[in-house]
Amino acid sequence: MTDTLTPVLTAHWDEPDSFTLDGYRRTGGYTALPKALAMQPDDVIATVKNSVLRGRGGAGFPTGMKWSFIPQGDGKPHYLTVNADESEPGTCKDIPLMMATPHTLLEGIIITCYAIRANHAFIYVRGEVLHVVRRLQLAVAQAHEAGYLGENILGSGFDLEVVVHPGAGAYICGEETALLTSLEGYRGLPRNRPPFPAVEGLYASPTVINNVESIASVPSIISEGADWFAGLGTEKSKGYGIFSLSGHVTHPGQYEAPLGITLRELIDLAGGMLRPAHPIKFWTPGGSSTPLLTREHLDVPLDFESVAAAGSMLGTRALQIFDDTTCVLRAALRWTEFYQHESCGKCTPCREGSYWLVRTLERLENGEGTEEDLETVLDVGSNIMGRAFCALGDAVPVPISSAIKYFRDEIMQHQKEGGCPFDPAASTLWADR
Amino acid sequence: MPFSDEALARMRADAAEITGRYPRARSALLPLLHLVQSEEGYVSDDGIAFCAEVLGITETEVKGVSSFYTMYKDGPVGEYQVGVCTNTLCAIMGGDEIYAALAEHLGADRRGDGHHDIISADGKVGLERVECNAACDYAPVIMVNWEFFDNQTPDSARKLVDDLRAGNKVTPTRGPGRLCTWKEAARILAGFGDGQAAEGPSAGPASLVGLELAKERGWTAPEPAGGSAQ
Repeated sequence: MTDTLTPVLTAHWDEPDSFTLDGYRRTGGYTALPKALAMQPDDVIATVKNSVLRGRGGAGFPTGMKWSFIPQGDGKPHYLTVNADESEPGTCKDIPLMMATPHTLLEGIIITCYAIRANHAFIYVRGEVLHVVRRLQLAVAQAHEAGYLGENILGSGFDLEVVVHPGAGAYICGEETALLTSLEGYRGLPRNRPPFPAVEGLYASPTVINNVESIASVPSIISEGADWFAGLGTEKSKGYGIFSLSGHVTHPGQYEAPLGITLRELIDLAGGMLRPAHPIKFWTPGGSSTPLLTREHLDVPLDFESVAAAGSMLGTRALQIFDDTTCVLRAALRWTEFYQHESCGKCTPCREGSYWLVRTLERLENGEGTEEDLETVLDVGSNIMGRAFCALGDAVPVPISSAIKYFRDEIMQHQKEGGCPFDPAASTLWADR
Repeated sequence: MPFSDEALARMRADAAEITGRYPRARSALLPLLHLVQSEEGYVSDDGIAFCAEVLGITETEVKGVSSFYTMYKDGPVGEYQVGVCTNTLCAIMGGDEIYAALAEHLGADRRGDGHHDIISADGKVGLERVECNAACDYAPVIMVNWEFFDNQTPDSARKLVDDLRAGNKVTPTRGPGRLCTWKEAARILAGFGDGQAAEGPSAGPASLVGLELAKERGWTAPEPAGGSAQ
């Protein structure tokens, strides 16, 4: 029987020097690398394939399969780009990982680049996290000095340079093709696919783009074996992952567990709801782009298939938890404002649709909306969905559509009362103090 | 104001180092914009001209990029730029109240588009709303010059900006002992460290709750079958 929590990536975050090379090596770091370098690159890919690691950035695409799409012997340079632009509202796992153990990510990068035969990797980290940028810069410098980066790594003949590339504030750059456009020095606009980045990515060369947590999981898979990793989790959602609890729980934070744990279990681990008199009302399983769920879904196993069957998506396991003091319309409006602010403007449905959704939702929140406005909201939403280049567009109507699905009466209550029936002060962290 | 010859010489050396990191020079534009922002505190027309000259592209092309990204400012901001997260989770946990309290406390004129809208009369403190900054387990969160100030309240936020204006020592919750200025922060983003990476904790308390619980209850990841895998 596997334990309820299984710290792997988070196992050494409590060491005061976990972010240093010495601290990382003392806790077993950089032992997967020589093992990987002694393997054939294709065997490294096969191992990660066999582990059935699925991308930890939200979409859940099998990581090893992504690597195998890189054409080999094509004479072009290959690139690895790590998506460290963690910006999906509610998501807060990669930032603490890079602050506490940046070398876990680096070791994963080196192994990945060896496997896909890339000699240049980029960590596209959001710019708004200065201390994380410092820690990554330090880790790269220390790894260079120790011979883990640069030329002829550990005598293997393999060369690799890693560049820490801070972004400049744009949610859209977490979308993989927009990230590439941004990394090439342009406005962060998404590109049409195909061609996929594995064929034409950075500088039109074969490129793998993986999330931080995906790459950081690679050293453990090489060290402990594909079977070990695949032995954790559920039938189709293998391995462990970091679950990030935030909002109205007693102990918000990071909980690393096999995929398939439930929110009921996690809330219990987190010491229960923040205020016993106020039960959970709605929550996101994986960030604001995943449809809201309610207290009826507390026992849904948090794996890709079960959350999808419940009408949402596992996403980034960003569990934002809201109790019954919270106005769901206020929450949905704010997320919609976020998408409006972050829409890159390339696709008309997303750019204009998010603008009009915000205006209509404002009217509803102020108690001036009508039933017809609700229909307009759903109509606008369905005209954005599937009609934009990238997933940002698809996400725009998600919060409000799912809010209407579960809380239609509450939304119309705003009209009856001529304003929001909730007191925002009652939802704050200090409401009962 | 045009850059001095001394500043230009220094910036050209830095720019050469930045462009040298990339297989193609144009990729250096974002760090170059951070670099020019570190000189003046914002991306001025002179800063844009500098980037254009380094990369051999037009000023319009540079402006098109700088105007896309919210971290690049087109005019002066505070020496300490205070960003209150008002994305949904932080807003509901109290971020809206914190932003309102600071806006009133600073008593400054509004300007701009509502995202970067307030600067104190002495120019010390700028106030803006920021989007989700990946610290939701520490909500409500404030960033100052992109350092974390976790678990804030209106009272703690007012004290924070008072200390910043008075020049008192202010220490981020998860960050270095010394808070950088806005310009110094931009220089780190351009790739030039300030030697403070080893300061501060490995992780904050919320990052460790799961690990501590696992240790308390003796929970671990399983051993591979038959000991260490081959």
